[in-house]
Amino acid sequence: MSVKGYQRKLDLENGRVDLSHGSGGRAMAQLISGLFHQAFGNEWLARCNDQSAFDVAAGRMVMTTDGYVVSPLFFPGGNIGSLAVHGTINDVAMSGARPLYLSASFIIEEGFPFSDLKAIADSMGAAARSAGVYIIAGDTKVVERGKADGLFISTTGIGIVADGLDLSADKAMVGDRVLVSGSLGDHGVAVMSKRQNVAFQTEVVSDSAALHKLVAVMVAAGGSGIRVMRDPTRGGLAATLNEIAHQSELGFRLQEASIPVKPAVAATCELLGLDPIHVANEGKLVAIVAPDFADAVLAAMKAHPLGSDAADIGEAVADNRKFVQMATSFGGRRIVDWLWGEQLPRIC
Amino acid sequence: MKYADEFRDKAIAQGIARAIGAEVSSQRAYRFMEFCGGHTHAISRYGLEDLLPANVRMIHGPGCPVCVLPASRIDMAIRLVDRPEVTLCVYGDLMRAPGSQGQSLLRAKALGADIRMIYSTLDAIRLAEQAPSREVVFFAIGFETTTPPTAVMIRIAEKKRLKGLSVFCNHVLTPSAMHSILENPKIRDTGGVPIDGFIGPAHVSTIIGTQPYEPLAEQFGKPIVIAGFEPLDVMQAILMLVRQVNEDRYQVENQYSRAVTREGNRRAKDEVSQIFELREQFEWRGLGLVPNSGMKLKPAYAQFDAEARFAIHDLRVADNPACECCAILRGAKRPVECKLFGTVCTPETPIGSCMVSSEGACAAYWTYGRVRDEQLRRTS
Repeated sequence: MSVKGYQRKLDLENGRVDLSHGSGGRAMAQLISGLFHQAFGNEWLARCNDQSAFDVAAGRMVMTTDGYVVSPLFFPGGNIGSLAVHGTINDVAMSGARPLYLSASFIIEEGFPFSDLKAIADSMGAAARSAGVYIIAGDTKVVERGKADGLFISTTGIGIVADGLDLSADKAMVGDRVLVSGSLGDHGVAVMSKRQNVAFQTEVVSDSAALHKLVAVMVAAGGSGIRVMRDPTRGGLAATLNEIAHQSELGFRLQEASIPVKPAVAATCELLGLDPIHVANEGKLVAIVAPDFADAVLAAMKAHPLGSDAADIGEAVADNRKFVQMATSFGGRRIVDWLWGEQLPRIC
Repeated sequence: MKYADEFRDKAIAQGIARAIGAEVSSQRAYRFMEFCGGHTHAISRYGLEDLLPANVRMIHGPGCPVCVLPASRIDMAIRLVDRPEVTLCVYGDLMRAPGSQGQSLLRAKALGADIRMIYSTLDAIRLAEQAPSREVVFFAIGFETTTPPTAVMIRIAEKKRLKGLSVFCNHVLTPSAMHSILENPKIRDTGGVPIDGFIGPAHVSTIIGTQPYEPLAEQFGKPIVIAGFEPLDVMQAILMLVRQVNEDRYQVENQYSRAVTREGNRRAKDEVSQIFELREQFEWRGLGLVPNSGMKLKPAYAQFDAEARFAIHDLRVADNPACECCAILRGAKRPVECKLFGTVCTPETPIGSCMVSSEGACAAYWTYGRVRDEQLRRTS
């Protein structure tokens, strides 16, 4: 649809989204063209079709989809837009794939400021360009005030995984090493620091990042010795390892002292009664690696900027109860369980 | 972390563990109750039981305010938020506590009740200021530690003439509960194991001091050590209890001297005594009605008392008869000896008090220690 004839320009500084921007009419076309296409700009979007056709190389395709409802929308180290791009790239990358294309669907609450929408779209565009990934399809809906918390974004990602690589959470084996790419809990603490009623000062910024380049060097170093990769987002490391334990039908034994956690994150969790291994990450991965390959993969991770604090934190063990256990830094041991329900601060 | 890492030193802990090992008599068992959920949490999280000799056993007490809140009080709160004009403010982990029919504030919120999770009483004041047409009710809960902030909230509300703010008071008292554990007929009937001493809660004693425990130690001949919540605090308190038992002493000792005095915080106690008075009895989940164990607002502050203001009537609902919380709270049974544990009663679907909050005995076992308990079950 041509939008040249539409006269009302978007007031990107002071304007706000209204219901007409989701109506399918010229206002919506103006929003898409004047804001999203500007931010994401690429040859596929420029064709303005309802879909984008693209060529694929040899290998198997990987596809994932995710919804982003973070509150607040802006937090130290990123915003919902960059998070949506990084999160979906990472979900593709955890298969060992090279992510290629994304789609993005926006559900916007009536009254949402254009300036915020532009900042979010711009950061999505920048995150995608920096990752070498293209946002080639999208959708925009506007809902009445009160029916969404500002903005929700859904993204779908597509990538290609090389022949011979088949990572899956049911492939962990007894004796495998558990590697993490860096300090845990940074994203969750950064977001919490800006939440209404909890707001506190911290130097911690979100670790939100696209991990596919780190994955590529790991795959180069470890190849099929890498059995599983997961990004420990909601539920943190604890949820991720419990999922893998159940899918692979084994247990894990971790060393608490080896698990990297920044002092500021540890202090915040202490204050709020949370455990860093339950707190969300957006730029970290967990890899379950065959023991013979673990040192090489860990060295490759440490040589990459996104894995400089990588650590070997434990091993997979035979356990038909599928428990994740941890030797505490204090000399005792305990279970590392899934978080139950939402993370709620303790009373005292 | 300054002021935390110093109390988590592995080498020092192992030194204390060796001292405990050297001083315990192999001829007897040492059964110590850590009253407070904060201690239970520390013991479980740091795996402290692995550092103790086999004949030193920790019994997890009822000191978790969410756990001991009876289902009836949740039911009463849910009735309260049925009123469209009410905004209920609650501390986070209370949201999951089950009512008599398994309902919770979390579920009531999902069904449309105006329930806000807050982090301090000041948040409730802010809400009342922002919404003067609403009835903002603060769901006050906790031991002596959290009572002074509620008193201060009422004082501020009075000064600011906030007419829409009130308190649903569920504050309870530690020494009364300890007394009840040692003397309650319901507990005697279910055959509680002997307790050789108590680790007393640190935060509570920062307010009330160590003195209120002295009559208990004397009357029941039980040593009590007030201890901090860091793992080294707990280990040192256990060593102090072992020594008292070995020497046939039963005194109140203060391990947490960096924050606790014998007299406590006089100003906080004054604030509380001006606004609150004792209830004749208060129901505890798992313990039943405990005399002089709860607080209510004085009649002079009735305008801030949600129970008076909304004519909320006391409810009585029975605990699930299969639930063994009462026995577990006194160490008569272990969590895994309850038929409900890990089957119908889990942290996601808590039935009994001990599973309600992360600080409850069953929740702590479920979350951190069920490997150890399964091994015990296999070997016993």
